[in-house]
Formats: sequence, C-alpha cells, structure tokens
Amino acid sequence: MSKQSFSGLSLIWRSLSKHRGWQTQWRKPEPKARYDAVIVGGGGHGLGAAYYLAKEHGLTNIAVLEKGWIGGGNTGRNTTIIRSNYLFNESAALYDHSVKLWENLSQALNYNVMFSPRGVMMLAHTVHDIQVFKRHVHANRCNGVDNEWLDPVQAKEFCPPLNIEDNIRYPVLGAALQRRGGTARHDAVAWGYARAADALGVDIIENCEVTGIRRNAGGAVEALETSRGVIHSPKVGVSAAGHTSVIMALAGVHVPLESYPLQALVSEPVKPIFPCVVMSNTIHAYISQSDKGELVIGAGTDAYTSYTQRGALHVNTHTLDAICELFPNFRRLRMLRNWGGIVDVTPDRSPIIAKTPVPGLYVNCGWGTGGFKATPGSAHVFAWTIARDEPHPINAPFTIERFRDGYLIDEAAAAAVAH
Amino acid sequence: MLLIACPYCGERPEIEFSYGGQAHLARPPQPSQLDDQAWAEFLYMRSNTRGVYAERWRHSRGCGQFFNALRDTTTDHFLAVYKRDEAQPALSSEGRPPSEAHEPPAPRERSP
Repeated sequence: MSKQSFSGLSLIWRSLSKHRGWQTQWRKPEPKARYDAVIVGGGGHGLGAAYYLAKEHGLTNIAVLEKGWIGGGNTGRNTTIIRSNYLFNESAALYDHSVKLWENLSQALNYNVMFSPRGVMMLAHTVHDIQVFKRHVHANRCNGVDNEWLDPVQAKEFCPPLNIEDNIRYPVLGAALQRRGGTARHDAVAWGYARAADALGVDIIENCEVTGIRRNAGGAVEALETSRGVIHSPKVGVSAAGHTSVIMALAGVHVPLESYPLQALVSEPVKPIFPCVVMSNTIHAYISQSDKGELVIGAGTDAYTSYTQRGALHVNTHTLDAICELFPNFRRLRMLRNWGGIVDVTPDRSPIIAKTPVPGLYVNCGWGTGGFKATPGSAHVFAWTIARDEPHPINAPFTIERFRDGYLIDEAAAAAVAH
Repeated sequence: MLLIACPYCGERPEIEFSYGGQAHLARPPQPSQLDDQAWAEFLYMRSNTRGVYAERWRHSRGCGQFFNALRDTTTDHFLAVYKRDEAQPALSSEGRPPSEAHEPPAPRERSP
C-alpha cells in the first residue's frame, strides 16, 4: 500500500483543496491463515513491535491481533508522561533508550506524535524525599540521563502555578527535574505505529480475541485460536498489558503479575496555564496540561486486583486533595471525566520483556503504572527479541527468571508513587 | 467504592479495609527444602484470576479481623465472604454460594 506522506506542505495543500483526498491510514484486512509472526495486543507496545519487526528485521508477513480497537486499552487511558530518571542501571538503559526514540519518532513514522519535552519535575516534601531524589540525580548522571536538583524557588520559576508556601501539610522542599522528559499524544502513537506498520505490509486485525494457543508435539507455539478463526504462526509475541496473565495461561505459562485498576481524570479545558509535568510521590499527584487545554491528572491504583477497567471515586479525590494544595488556583476547576485501565504489576515494578519457557512464545508485560513512556524502546527491543530469538542487551535483565534467580530490578521506590 | 460485608461487622465501605491479595497461600512448612523455583512460586506467583477470585481482606479500620472473600474480578461483585478458618465456599453453577451463612446482601443496582 502506498502511504500518503504528511508534511506541512501537504497539510496546506489539503486544506486549500477543502480536505478532500485524505486516505484511510491503514487497511482492515481479513486475517490470513498463516503468518511468520503474530503480536497479540494492539496497543502502542504491540503495534510498535510489529513496526520494528517489519522495519528493522525484515519480517513483513506479520499481524497484530487486537481484541477491541487499536489504542483502546492502556495506550488510550494513560497520562502520557515520558521520562527516564530511573534509579538502576538496567532501568535507566531501557527507559532512556525509549526517550531517545521518542525524540525522533514523529520523523521516523512521518506522523506527528506531538512529543513535547517540556520537562518532568518530581517534588520532594520530606527529608527522605530529598535524599532519595538526590541519589536519583547522581545515579542518573552516572548513566548519562539528565536530571537536576532544584530548590523550591527554582521549582516555582520552572512551574509558576506551584505553591511553595510552608503553610501546607507537605510543603515543597525541592524538586528533581528531567528537562528531556515530557508528554506525547497517546492516540497518535498508536495510529502512527499502525499506519507505518501497515505501510510495510503488517496486517492489523481488530475485534479479534485470542481464545487459545496451540502447541506442537515439541511444545512450541503452532497456532492461535481466535474469534476470527485459527491463525498459524511459529512466533507469537504477547503484549496484552492487564490481560497478559489470561493470554499466557492459554499456553500454560505463569507470569508474576497482578492486574489492578489504575485511574486518571481530566479537568475542563482551560487556556495554557501549566508549562510542564509535575509529579509528587509522597502526596500522590501527577499533572500536566494537554494541548486541548485539559489538565490531565493521574490518580492511583485501586487496592484490589480487577479486570473491570473502572475503580472507586475516593482514589481520584485523594489525588485532587494533593493537587488543590499544590496548585490552589485549580481549586475551582471542574473535572470533566475519569476512567480506569487495567495495569499488570510485577513484584519489583519492573517490566518483563523476554522469551518464555514455551518456544516461539515471547512476552512484553509488567509495565504496571508506567508503560506509556517506554512504548518505543519497549517495542524496539521486543521486536529484536522476537526476530532473533534472543534478548537485546537492553532487555536481557528483564526476564521472568529473575524472580527465581533473585536478580530483581527493584524500582518500587523509584517509580513515580510510593508503593 | 466497594461495599464489603465483614463477617464480623456487616457491610462497610471499602476505605475501612485493607487488601491482602490471594487467599489460601500457606507458607511452606519446610522452606529450606524448597528449590528456587518453588520458592519463587510461593513468593511471587499469584493466580491473577479473571473471574471468581478467593482473596483476603482485613477490616483494618474496624474490627481488625482478617477474613476471606470470593469476588468476581470481571464485575467486582462479592459472591461470598467467609472467616479465616472456614473452607472456601463452593459456588453453584450460577456463581452463587449454596450456603446463606455469610452471603452478603444482594449487590445494589449500579448504573453502568
């Protein structure tokens, strides 16, 4: 399929010609009986893996199977924060690989993913926060990841709506700032990868739920049973986020995951007021402003495991308490809507991107509450792992077996919120 | 917010409770006899069931008691609650427990 190329000139030309002639961005093919590789899960991670398989590894007879519609799961439900200021070497390598891909993703895909490196600022409210964040700053610098310490006045200069008075319950004592961090447009990420993968011959098959995994006499993956028929493939990559446990159980593989609802909400749209991303792990707040003007606010996970894609309102109000203390001028804003997604959480809060005990079956899961930022990097190394049947050096530590062997990548304290 | 029927206190809002994860996980009697795989299974592997899930709760801002519950993780409806020393209730084909002993009241109507 010849791809319609986007540029500033093409936008002007189409608008002058009354927006006639825009093409469909990807096909809606019927599933073939046989592919060289199949990705289960049409979110950013899965579509990206298909794109890199086709682009960098020459596998073009591949398909992405999506139970619902592409980008309709956690890709469309997150708060779009991108950063790589993780503590451990393994994580810093993985997340910074991703940030580097974000920086040129719009050009690579010829699709504007609206990556905006507006800076991610993490607030410290206690002496322990200060110690932990300064440790992060130093660890990040050793790994070539930018991160700097700001005092409260510098923090307010960077983010003017911030309240740095000392009369609130948890005053701002400082902040760690990653200037290369920021946000991107979540839907555009899914659509951009889908369009670019489709142009390389990848079949994107929506409304196609995997109901069984067939294995041959040797135990290797042979075919997938789906709601749209049996699809043969010697390689299957599972990128199914909160439903990974369900898919992997079809092949008899246990993964150390628990699925929790994670909620987010947005305010009514307002004029540009918020220049960056601010997060606070101690009092639990994430906030940024979308290009539409809504304040995008990340709430927490609910206490219990669930597959319902919804949660309780008290989780949202808890976050709003913190937002209203930190940003008093938002107190009269009305919230427009809230929603939930199901996130797959590992015991050490680091992902799994690995081969499984079943030959031909690969898994990319365990992103928990922070998978969006990793979309390009995760997809890139997952494609490598599938194509070469061995992990990329960056994802080699992120195995299932690390839980057996004791090589945990314990980012629990380094993730955005206190777990 | 979930309404949870504590077997000791009755129906209370979720914020009075702490979640305890998968129920009926017994610490291995001879931990030193386990190999790494079995130890990892005990420490880290949970069933993460999509459907009826046996789980522990603690009424931590109430009576303080631990108890178990059966909840459908596709709807978040509680099917049964039972005390720690009681066996997991068997569910009928309709997904309801046969005994009325600790069955919580019928879930309230929820708008979708």
